[in-house]
Amino acid sequence: MEKGVNHKMNKIILVISVCKEKLHELEFVRPIEFILNSENKKFETKHYLEILDGENFNSYSHVIVCGTSLKDFSYLERLDKFSWIKDFGGSLLGICAGMQIIGLVNGCKLENYLQIGLSLEYFNKTFLGLESFGEKNSLEGEQIQIYSLHNKYIDFNNLDNFEVYCATKCKIPIPQAVKHKEKEIYGVLFHPEVRNKELIINFINL
Amino acid sequence: MKLGVLFSGGKDSTYAALLAKEYGHELSCLISIFSKNKDSFMFHTPSISKVSKQAEVMKIPLIIQETYGEENLELLDLKKAIKKAVKEYAIEGIVSGAVESVYQASRVQRICNELGIECFNPLWLKNSEEIILELIEKGFESIVTGVAAYPLDKSFLGRKINKIFLDEFRELNKKYRISITGEGGEFESFVLDCPLFEKPLILKDFEDSGEKNNWRRELTIK
Repeated sequence: MEKGVNHKMNKIILVISVCKEKLHELEFVRPIEFILNSENKKFETKHYLEILDGENFNSYSHVIVCGTSLKDFSYLERLDKFSWIKDFGGSLLGICAGMQIIGLVNGCKLENYLQIGLSLEYFNKTFLGLESFGEKNSLEGEQIQIYSLHNKYIDFNNLDNFEVYCATKCKIPIPQAVKHKEKEIYGVLFHPEVRNKELIINFINL
Repeated sequence: MKLGVLFSGGKDSTYAALLAKEYGHELSCLISIFSKNKDSFMFHTPSISKVSKQAEVMKIPLIIQETYGEENLELLDLKKAIKKAVKEYAIEGIVSGAVESVYQASRVQRICNELGIECFNPLWLKNSEEIILELIEKGFESIVTGVAAYPLDKSFLGRKINKIFLDEFRELNKKYRISITGEGGEFESFVLDCPLFEKPLILKDFEDSGEKNNWRRELTIK
């Protein structure tokens, strides 16, 4: 590798849809594409069923696995399409279902927890440059407004190689934002395309 | 999939219905909420009763649910109407014209989740200029039937939503932050023709009411 050369520069971003219904892609994939277009980023969108066995992910600088509707869990039947995540060395962001997929391929199980709408959550560390417009608390961190649309979550607290940056307080804390301790693998349970677009912009600029 | 459309008769819910059809879904019924609260955050009110004329030219059955328009009652009434659509038309999902309002979208999502049906918001977070341009391209004829924000006034009632409208609203957006699609309730619209209609609706008469920057137009359709 040449020193000082950005090897991500000539690569494109891969956006992965996990929606069963094409009509849902207008709601869960297009807003992400719109952000990438606004940032003049080159990208390609694929449905997860189009991912080939042994597909070369090295040609992508970043991969974003988008969310889907509350009732859509069709991707659970083909988790083999995401087995590449374990060995992936690039930058990956999983949004909602995408975050759940990251947890599932790492051996976790889906748990039930319904959240719909806006809420304020504490981030104990800056996560992909998210800035707080709310309350700061020296013990709990920065409070940030997020938009949620999910009825399942993954307990990343059980995964040693992931760090939880934000979790909803309840009996068992619900991880909202996680990062792999060594890799550029990020997961958010909330939908940053709705209220925290800068998170996506910061991710694609990593 | 058999879908029920949350239908106000305005451009966004009509366009959402068209997209659902274009993506291969069946529009099994339209669901309209007639709110007695003219300031409802949840539902469109000017000329709402004329959705029956639109349903006729779309040849789609219409479920009408009246509500007094108090916040929680509105949602109970909406749920009641969707339940009726599930029972009578076996719908498996709802399609709505929500663009940016998390207030509206999250409430509809909650009801659909409780009823175990899908929720589609095909215009969600879509660029407002793009929506207007696509409406024009697809041959929508829509007019303004209500305004509720400065500097919009009575003179905007009846305006066609076309290229001239878009140019003017681009300027209003820059100067006063008026949403180009009226997503913040700045204006309401009514569709007189679109690809879902078997024939255009003909406007016979209208009656305006209001004051200053808060006006509504009740249409009489032939």
